[in-house]
Parts: sequence; structure tokens; C-alpha cells
Amino acid sequence: MAAGAPTAGRVAMTMRIRVNPIACEAHGVCAEVLPEWIELDEWGYPILDGEELPAQLLAHARRAAKACPTLAIVLSGE
Amino acid sequence: MTAVASDTWPRRLLAAVGSDDDDLYAVHLDTWGALPDVSGPAIVEAVEGSGLLGRGGAGFPAGRKMRTVAAGANRRPVVVANGAEGEPASGKDALLLGRAPHLVLDGIQLATRAIGADEAHLAVHLGSPVVGVVRAALARRGTADAVRVRVHEIPSRYVASEESALVHFLNGGEAKPTFTPPRPFEQGVGRRPTLVNNVETLAHVGAIARRGAAWFREVGDADEPGTLLVSVSAQEVTRRVAEVPTGTTIGAVADRAGVIRAGIGAVLVGGYFGSWLPAAYAWQLPLTHRAMRSAGAALGAGVIAILPPSSCGVAETARVLGYLATHNAGQCGPCLNGLPAIADAFRRLASGAWDERWWPALERWLAVVPGRGACRHPDGAVRLASTALSVFAEDIASHRSGRPCHASSAPAWLPAPRPPGGWR
Amino acid sequence: MTAFSSAPLWYTTRSTAIVAFVLLTASMFLGIAATQRALASRHWPRFATQDLHRNVSLLALGFMLTHIVTTLLDTFVYVGWWSMVIPGTSPYRRLWVSLGTIAFDVILVVIVTSLVRNRLPLRLWRAAHFAVYAVWPLAFVHFLETGTDAAHGRFGLWLDIGALLALLVAVAIRVSTTNEPIGPLRSVAGRSR
Repeated sequence: MAAGAPTAGRVAMTMRIRVNPIACEAHGVCAEVLPEWIELDEWGYPILDGEELPAQLLAHARRAAKACPTLAIVLSGE
Repeated sequence: MTAVASDTWPRRLLAAVGSDDDDLYAVHLDTWGALPDVSGPAIVEAVEGSGLLGRGGAGFPAGRKMRTVAAGANRRPVVVANGAEGEPASGKDALLLGRAPHLVLDGIQLATRAIGADEAHLAVHLGSPVVGVVRAALARRGTADAVRVRVHEIPSRYVASEESALVHFLNGGEAKPTFTPPRPFEQGVGRRPTLVNNVETLAHVGAIARRGAAWFREVGDADEPGTLLVSVSAQEVTRRVAEVPTGTTIGAVADRAGVIRAGIGAVLVGGYFGSWLPAAYAWQLPLTHRAMRSAGAALGAGVIAILPPSSCGVAETARVLGYLATHNAGQCGPCLNGLPAIADAFRRLASGAWDERWWPALERWLAVVPGRGACRHPDGAVRLASTALSVFAEDIASHRSGRPCHASSAPAWLPAPRPPGGWR
Repeated sequence: MTAFSSAPLWYTTRSTAIVAFVLLTASMFLGIAATQRALASRHWPRFATQDLHRNVSLLALGFMLTHIVTTLLDTFVYVGWWSMVIPGTSPYRRLWVSLGTIAFDVILVVIVTSLVRNRLPLRLWRAAHFAVYAVWPLAFVHFLETGTDAAHGRFGLWLDIGALLALLVAVAIRVSTTNEPIGPLRSVAGRSR
């Protein structure tokens, strides 16, 4: 949960997106919202790595978290 | 790394091992004396100074863990002693609790002092023979213990002894792992900071509090000192528990256990979630976390399972993978789908009912399953399978092309018990 | 308040009632449709249906509020401001208006819990949301018994039958949902990172 060093007066946020694998029921809505970052495996479960999200995907990531029927998508680092 | 001769293995944890007829408490007091009157901070300092690493598998510095739990406490912390040995090939926790429980029980008291806990729990497997011994030992100690230790019998399932599963069970839930963070050291039993330690770790604490950090460091590897309990299985021996100085090579342990090296091709190190290693390489590998990591393996639960010359590594792996697949908690998609698929593929490999179209699927599963469960169960199974593919490469090639296995009629070697009913 | 009654007020009450009822039915249909993987496609993903469901629900709420306010402002029939949220307080057609009140109360709870969904335990949200299955029959009966239009004429008849049918179909779909995993390695949309 760190804020990056200020650059030109703005603070860079690092945000990561994870899935709670216990809550996940493979609805796959997250992959619809965020196909640039989330892929589904052959059983319908999302594959996400723990890397930092690029800034342009942050809004979509929040949307994916909201859209998940079981609230299994977790964002951290804001 | 110090190479230690096999005749200088001191008995520390196993110094006061009793038999069924002995008064275990009397034997213990004879060897170790009464519980020392050391203060909490002094205990933490001694454990930190000793360099003791957790003996449950993760190898995390025990002193640092204590300090973290103690520091994080806005609420009274809790001590949980994990004696629920999930590894079928491991016997060290059962030996400690069944024949030398008092050092563990001392360790629990010292740990409560160290972190300021007022509550302590000890988890053992439901129906295990150690339950009676442990309850009797606690009764024997009576009021000598400042904190009452509650004994819990948990279902004997592989994942039940995982840290978060244990805490979940103690909180009234099923013995299934939970999504972390928060980890138990932050929020555990009753949402309080919880110190979960393997019983062997606590036994070492019991010894260190009496003899000191310097004494602990006298034996074993310079960076990861002390002694270690390992469970050796081979053709000649089944789950023989030995106390060895850290840094001792696997070969030295095998020799001491009477294992004949000729004809042995591979060794399984760590546990069912561990790694296969080629025997020639394994013999000279020291038992330290460091050395294991650089070998692509892990010390894990201290299991050293030496594949008998007459057994087939592929068949054994297939059976263990089947075991791991039936022992998953059924909570996470990648694990509950992926493990049976991988186990199935290995079963086909081992039995000769192989179809080459399964190969790309197997590779895909091994790539896509790890790291995507709530606990490390799928990771361990994949590590077992992947190391099997590389160590038994020749055998795998034979199996793939349908040539019969040289050991297809060998009896089953590694135990694979069925899961009991229920999660509570 | 001076006596205030006019035809426009009454027509607004009636028309907003009809629209609110249709939107409520549509909202339930969309809510169930949003759970169906089979109804999703590359061009119409489920989050689009979710959004439509949300917007239709909020729109329905807007029409409901208008309907309630115009009813209360209209002094031709005295209903009483408390009956907006407390059932059993309307002197006019007490029982049927109460059904409307209860339906409105529950819908408010559902909408509020949905707006703060990610701060609530999922169980709580689910329990509240399932209450809409009870709401619809209440709203339907309220519509039939207090409404001028629902029980009279062919327009009313078709509306009633249509709405009932739509809901039965939706519930049937919901009850038979299995949502099986999608099969061999295939992502819903191509990945471009």
C-alpha cells in the first residue's frame, strides 16, 4: 500500500488486482470488463498476475470489482 | 556450511524420549529441569539470537514471528501449537507429542510469556494416539502451567493443518484454508494476533530458554543452526524419525538409517508438496533451507523419502497426486479442477493407458494451476508433478511410448490414505 | 394545504403508476438476465445488462416517487403523507395502498444496499435482493386493486398478462440456472496487454 514518489506535483498510486479464489464462482464477468488484464482458464476461473495495473486500466479495474456477482475481485494499494 | 560427522549427532529434542511405561514428566524433569523463570522479553531475545527457523515447513525466523505478533497486539494475542501433522510421510510431530511432549508443552508456556498471551491451543489429529498422551501430560503438569492449554482434535485432512485452516477451525468454522490477508499473526483466533508454531519449533524454544542462544548455535549450520527432526522412509525403513544437525547431508542421514544406496535413483524431499531430486545429487545436499532452495526444493516438513529401487517413481507420483487431489478443500476452482486433471494424466502415464494428446494438456495445467488457490496446496502438487517429470524423464519417455514399466508390479510404497468424512 | 385536485395530477398518478410497474417488471427481468452466461456475447457483455438493470431500477424508483408524490398532493382522495413509508396508515383503501407502501419500502432497502454493495457482507445484500421476489406480487396486487387502469379495459388486461408472463419466464430461467464453466481454454475476449 505505497504511494510512489511525487512527480511534478502528482502522487503515483500503485494498485494491484487480485481474486479471492474461495469467493470466485467463475461467472467470468471480470474478464468481460477487463479483458486487457484478465483471462479465463479452461474452467472459467480468472488468471490475474499480481503486477501493478497500468494507470489507464484503473477505472476499468474498479468497475470489474463492482461487477463481480460474488465480490471476489479485490483491489489493493489505493 | 559445516559438514558434520554422523557420530556427532546430539540428542536434544529426543533426549528425553520415554516409552509407554515411563512417567514422561519425571523423565523430562530429570533431563531438562523445571520450566525456567525467564521473562517474556528475554525469551524473545534468546529465540531471536538462536537463529531458530520455524519447523512447520515455511522456515520463517521464529524469533521475528514472536516479536511481530507481540508488537501487533492491541488485543491479547493467542498461541496455537500445530501438532496436526498432515504429511503422511512425516512422523516427527507424532513422535514428539507421543513420546516427549513436555518440551513442547514447555515451549507453549514460554511462547505465551514471550508474546503476552493468555490463551493457548494445541491442535492434533482426530483419533490420533497422541491425544491421550497429550491430555495426560497436561493433567500431570497441572498448575505448573500458567496458561491453560486447550487441546483440539481436528479432522485428519491434508490441508487442515494449514495455518489459516487451523485458525478457521478454532474460530468455529471448518478446517479449510481462508483467504488471506489478514494472516493469523495479524488476525487469528477470535480476531486476535495469533502465533501459530509447529510443535517442533516450540520444543526448540523450550530448550533454548534453558540453555541459551549460544548453546543452540553450537551445533549445525552457521547460518541456520540447531538440530532438525527428519522422517526417513526407504525400502529398509518406514518413517524413521531422526534428530540431525542442520547442514547434515541427505546421504549422511540415509547412511545412518541403514539405507543401501545402490540402485536408488531418486529422493523425495520435503513432503508430498515437496520435490523429487536425483539421488546422486541429493546425497550431497545439506539439510538447510538455503541449500534446498538453490536446488529448486524445500526443506518442508523434513520428509526424506528414498525411492526403493524396485518402485516406479511415476506410479508413486501418480498415487500421491491422486491423494492430493482428493484432499483439496474444494474451495478454489483452479485447484479443485486442476489437481484431479493432473492426477488423472499421471495415472494414465503410470498405467500405460497414455494418449499423446494429453501431453500438451498436462503442460498447460502445470503452468496454469500454481499460485491461484487460497493456500499453497495446488502449488505443492504441481511442484511434485513437475519435479517428477524432470527427475524421471527417462521413465516418462518409456511410459509415453507405451513401453511397459520396469516396476509395474511393485507394491504401493508411499501411503495415500483416503480423507475422513467431515471438516469439523 | 388548500384543496388541490386536478385532472393532470390524477393522470400523472395513473401514468407514472403504469410506467413504474412496467419498469419494475423489466428490472426484474434484466436482473435475472444479468446472471445468465448464455445470454452474454462479445457484443453484449453481462456488465452491460447489469448496468441496464441498475438504470432501469433507478428509473422505476423515480417514477414510483413521482407517483407517490402526485398521489399525496391530490386531495381528491386523502391518502396521508405517512403512508409513503408506513403501511396501514392510509384511510383510502388501506389494505391495497399498504401493499404499495411495503413494496416501496423494500425496494428502497434493495436499492440502498445495492448502492453500497461492496461495503456490505455479501449475504446481507443477497438477502435484501431476494426480497424483490416478494415485492413484485405486492406491487401487482396494489396495481390491480388501487389502479384505475389495471383492472379495466383491454390495455390493462394485456399489460397485466404480459407482465405476469415476463416474470414467470424470468423466474423459471433463474430457477433452472446452472452456469456451467465454459469449457476448454478460451477467454471471453481476446487478451492484448
